[in-house]
Amino acid sequence: MAAAEETDKARLDAAFSDLYRAHLRDVYSYSYYRVGNHHDAEDLTEQTFLQAYRHFERAQRESDGRPLRPWLIRIAHNLAANYYRDRSRKPQTPIDDAGVLSAPHTTEDLVEDRDDLKRILAGVEKLPDDRREALIMRFALGMDNREIARALGRTDGATKVLLHRAIRQLEEIVKQDEGPTEP
Amino acid sequence: MSEHFADFELQLKRALSPVDPPKELEARLEGTLGSLVGMAAEELEAWELSAMRDPRNWVRPVAAAAIGSGAAVGLVLVRTQRRRHKRRKESDSAVDLLGRTLRDLGREARRVADDVF
Repeated sequence: MAAAEETDKARLDAAFSDLYRAHLRDVYSYSYYRVGNHHDAEDLTEQTFLQAYRHFERAQRESDGRPLRPWLIRIAHNLAANYYRDRSRKPQTPIDDAGVLSAPHTTEDLVEDRDDLKRILAGVEKLPDDRREALIMRFALGMDNREIARALGRTDGATKVLLHRAIRQLEEIVKQDEGPTEP
Repeated sequence: MSEHFADFELQLKRALSPVDPPKELEARLEGTLGSLVGMAAEELEAWELSAMRDPRNWVRPVAAAAIGSGAAVGLVLVRTQRRRHKRRKESDSAVDLLGRTLRDLGREARRVADDVF
């Protein structure tokens, strides 16, 4: 009996290790774009995996074989919401040193491109929370509509609309920030 | 979907490129998950009152509690330590710094306790 329990526990731990290795980058990316700085993103990532470990057995049982990434991101999403509620704050510094912005550029043309990307990131910051989150999940994590719907607790249809509106609104924001184009 | 819209999505994908977690975070998380949650929680869950009647069984639960507590204290200290630069920057005196450090310690201890126990 005890040996069987130990085997179950070992199997569960191994499955959790796989989940952790497969999605550490996803959780960190989500956290980073959500809170806007590395320090808090580290905290949020750590909290997410600790919570996930506590509820992993149940989640695995109830997932019915579906991927657990949306569940993991939902934990991060809830923790991020608490983070803002508890501390009554929003990201104070713009996201400006993530992935592509710190990548090496070799020509001057790319500098302009880099400015465009910065404008887009600044625009993402101005979006309402649900739209911003949907974009992070789609573009930073590569989640499909169904996964995003599960992470946000929405229907697939509502998620599709949410993403579409988020992109449209972001385009508008970026256009406004660029200012009027010269004739 | 227009070509312009697709271009914008492409740019958006580049702007929101995935961010690699720092190596220290990976090491810390693996250590935390391995020792703190896995080992101690398992041992503590297996702690049955009936077993406690026999003093020979006291060693394992006490050791598990010690491991859990030790790891938890370590986690609190590590997290508090990580905020030291921010505290120094925000403090205007040594007393203020001490107050902020104690507040951070308390906050981290509560968070670790919520997570683990």
